[in-house]
Amino acid sequence: MAREKPRLGGVFTRRAMILAAGQVGLFGLLGLRLYRLQVRDGAHYAMLAKDNRVSARLVAPPRGEIHDRAGALLAGNKPHWRALLMVDATTDAKATLAAFNRLVPLDAAERLRIQREIKVHRPFIPVLLRDFLSWDQMAALAVNAPALPGLIVDVGTTRLYPFGTTMAHLIGYVGPPTEAEVRASPVLALPGIRVGKAGVERGRNGALTGVPGMVRLEVNALGRVIRNLARNPGTPGETVRLHLDANLQSQAVARLASERSASAVLLELGSGAVRAIASTPSFDPTLFDTGLSARQWKAWMTDKRAPLLDKALAGIYAPGSTFKPVTALAGLTSGGISPGTRFFCPGYLDLGGHRYWCWEHGGHGWLDLPSAICQSCDVFFYHTALATGIDRIAAMANRLGIGVPPEIDIPGAASGFVPTREWRRAHGKAWTLGETVIHGIGQGFDQVTPLELAIMAARVATGRAISPRVAAEVGAQALPETAFPELGIPEAYLAIVRQGMREAVNNPLGTAYASRLTDPKMEMAGKTGSAEVVNLSKAEAAANFNTANLPWQFRPNALFIAFAPVANPRFATAVVVEHGHEGAEAAAPIAKVLMEAAFGMVAASRARVAGAPA
Amino acid sequence: MSVKGGPLQRAEGRLLRVTSFDFTRKIARINWFFVALVVLLGGVGALSLYSATGAFDPYAKRQLLRLAVGFALMLAIAFVDIRIIARLAWPLYAVSLVLLVMVLKFGSVGLGAERWLSIGGVAVQPSEFMKVALVLALAHWFHRASWERIGNPFFLLLPLAATLLPVVLILKEPNLGTALIVLAIGATTFFAAGVRLWSFALALVLGGLATPIAFAHLHGYQKARILTFLDPARDPLGAGYNIIQAKIALGSGGMWGQGLMHASQGRLDFLPEKETDFIFTLFAEQFGFVGSIALVGLLCLIVCTAGAIALSSRHQFGRLVAFGIGMNFFLYVFVNLAMVMGLIPVGGVPLPLISYGGSALLTTMASFGILLSVQVHGDADFTPKREGV
Repeated sequence: MAREKPRLGGVFTRRAMILAAGQVGLFGLLGLRLYRLQVRDGAHYAMLAKDNRVSARLVAPPRGEIHDRAGALLAGNKPHWRALLMVDATTDAKATLAAFNRLVPLDAAERLRIQREIKVHRPFIPVLLRDFLSWDQMAALAVNAPALPGLIVDVGTTRLYPFGTTMAHLIGYVGPPTEAEVRASPVLALPGIRVGKAGVERGRNGALTGVPGMVRLEVNALGRVIRNLARNPGTPGETVRLHLDANLQSQAVARLASERSASAVLLELGSGAVRAIASTPSFDPTLFDTGLSARQWKAWMTDKRAPLLDKALAGIYAPGSTFKPVTALAGLTSGGISPGTRFFCPGYLDLGGHRYWCWEHGGHGWLDLPSAICQSCDVFFYHTALATGIDRIAAMANRLGIGVPPEIDIPGAASGFVPTREWRRAHGKAWTLGETVIHGIGQGFDQVTPLELAIMAARVATGRAISPRVAAEVGAQALPETAFPELGIPEAYLAIVRQGMREAVNNPLGTAYASRLTDPKMEMAGKTGSAEVVNLSKAEAAANFNTANLPWQFRPNALFIAFAPVANPRFATAVVVEHGHEGAEAAAPIAKVLMEAAFGMVAASRARVAGAPA
Repeated sequence: MSVKGGPLQRAEGRLLRVTSFDFTRKIARINWFFVALVVLLGGVGALSLYSATGAFDPYAKRQLLRLAVGFALMLAIAFVDIRIIARLAWPLYAVSLVLLVMVLKFGSVGLGAERWLSIGGVAVQPSEFMKVALVLALAHWFHRASWERIGNPFFLLLPLAATLLPVVLILKEPNLGTALIVLAIGATTFFAAGVRLWSFALALVLGGLATPIAFAHLHGYQKARILTFLDPARDPLGAGYNIIQAKIALGSGGMWGQGLMHASQGRLDFLPEKETDFIFTLFAEQFGFVGSIALVGLLCLIVCTAGAIALSSRHQFGRLVAFGIGMNFFLYVFVNLAMVMGLIPVGGVPLPLISYGGSALLTTMASFGILLSVQVHGDADFTPKREGV
């Protein structure tokens, strides 16, 4: 019937209704879509909207201070003016830069760095234009502020080191983070953030840095700040208190300064506390923070005395005769020698067609172990080394802290070396007895650092595995004290070696008699050493060549280790004077001064405590 | 004759076919309900534009002015006899076509498309005029056509050409969205006029075959829009940014909305083109699901009222014109909303009466005037004229 000439009005009505149904259906679809977006997923999109609008900016926290044991400020902060560019607060960063350049001229390197940072940094991290503005520059910028959109003159902080060069190696220094460090931790891109580059500044960088604060800002689609939502100032870095005694350190440095290049370590035996650790010459640590000239850098790099090197921690020297207590204990514990063993010193030892000289070409005659240590007889220790073997000597050296990485809570400590047969084999050579002979007196491949020598002295003095500790407290929280374990060396053996070291200082025949401490309550025990830095020819050795006449850089190094008081050891020390010729002559007097100062400090602090109001 | 209405109207059917209307009768016959809906919609638009900046300047103030002008234009056209409008159908079409050609030749570039033509200092979009002119022309063509004639494929050649010519011209502007809307207006008018279903089936098959070829000829940005629509994450800071930010704005509106002037997406400029194409998201973020559904309901009501006006007309011209105008409005609304909701690709289609823009607003108001005129002159007698075919 529909075939029969449909009326157009009817057709329209039908078809219009179909289309209207379609329209309403599509409106329904829009409604469903709205439900899905706004009701079902509304929370999700609300979160995305919040992400859009809220931008968190980090605020650099003040870096923690470093104090000495008595609370004296060793590293702090001082304010200074700096110019920052907020890239997202200006439409034309180039124009602002040009205007800035007219007031505070920037050099080419600075301009390059700024352009790179503008490109690399996210727009809401301000770019540092110039640090350490003079007051005049700061005033000029403030006056011209309207012509400098996006420029902020800000108070920054510089690291302050009241003791300057005195403890630069121990405290270390800070500097701007490297690009690699910034990539690893974007927080470091904040201007004014400083990273510890050496010493305590580096070792305790985590605690000193603190937690960055955060400003939550509302930003628009272009990243422009609309308003502040919240501000959290962050947590300042924690104060790190060291075991170091700033007065003792100052005295040590003052005494070391009379030598061209020297280092010293003084440990307290109970806790392993580093009371003084000095390396001269030194450097001004603030230069790394405030900007280092190329000339200064070159001067440091070409100085033969290596002012940047912490010689106490990383200076590597042949131990010379200071090694003899190691050989002695290795001999005693391995049965190579016994406490009663005596050797005859004719002034030399012939072995395998080679004559090994004693430093005393005239010979010492019959000697027991304490006298051998006292007079530093080489022949006695040639025999001891031969009876013990290099591997046992190396094992004892390691036990006493030589040739193993030192356990110390700052970075940069090197470790010395004592060879073994296996090491020699690995290098394609067979170990010879002649090598055993010279390694027994700390020559050949034997290497130590001053810190290792101090550790060795401390371990011999106590029989415990003492390790040095630099930091005492972090953030008013005392660091746990380690109970140093026994080394397992029989007390009788230690006693006999200590006896020898006591005589070396207090027996008129002893090598360091001139540096003895006269107060019997502070009786010092020690061992001298002098290690050649160039090989003397056989002829020179035979002629008892006087090394004191060599040019400075070829003279032997002077070394001295000591502990005191002998009866109840409280301090151990090691002193190395580069090219100081003889330990007894150059190093031992410094150790004497250090020990006296250390005891003086004790007395002074006792007096302080006694005099303090209750 | 099919006569709608109550028994009285039916009885007086013949008598009510009048050739002239007096002014007071016209006022009484105006669909004031529809006028109220339009005013309400215009108010929502002005409010949304106010919220775009938080001030009457510059958008809301100028939009209100345009709304006032458009409102006057709508009422003025409502009084114009539908038969005069019918006589003007083809001339209007011809003018629109000329303008479309002119916009291709002299049009100014806006957002990568030549869509604007400056006439006496006023920027106009000829494609807007064409949509109404096409409805009028097709309605005029089919007005007196018999069922048999409509069945004749040759009878359809002229309206087909009249539809495809502007589609091609608008595609060349290039404005894919508007071209498709014009095509849909033509197709739905054909359908409502009674064109046989097999014709549509044939057109679908041919269109399906032509799609891959057409896609190959699309502009790079048009392809990008389609591809970005299919996967907005493809380019989150480029072409996909708009869709992602629009969805975030919609979604963060939640059930009740963030409140007037409290919506961060719009206030902080994350929303693209928030005062024009994406204005719905600005509204939805502030007024939430409840407000959005109310606005969609209002738009649906306007479309349905236009449909009711079409059904109330007693002549085919009026039916087709009212239906076409309703369909035009619906297509704009749907394409815009579906676009900002991420249902269809992004194309420069504004939301009528809400989006900021003069050309589209005035054209919409004028078309509503014609719609009102259809109802006012629903009983008009075309007989004496004997025109059309």
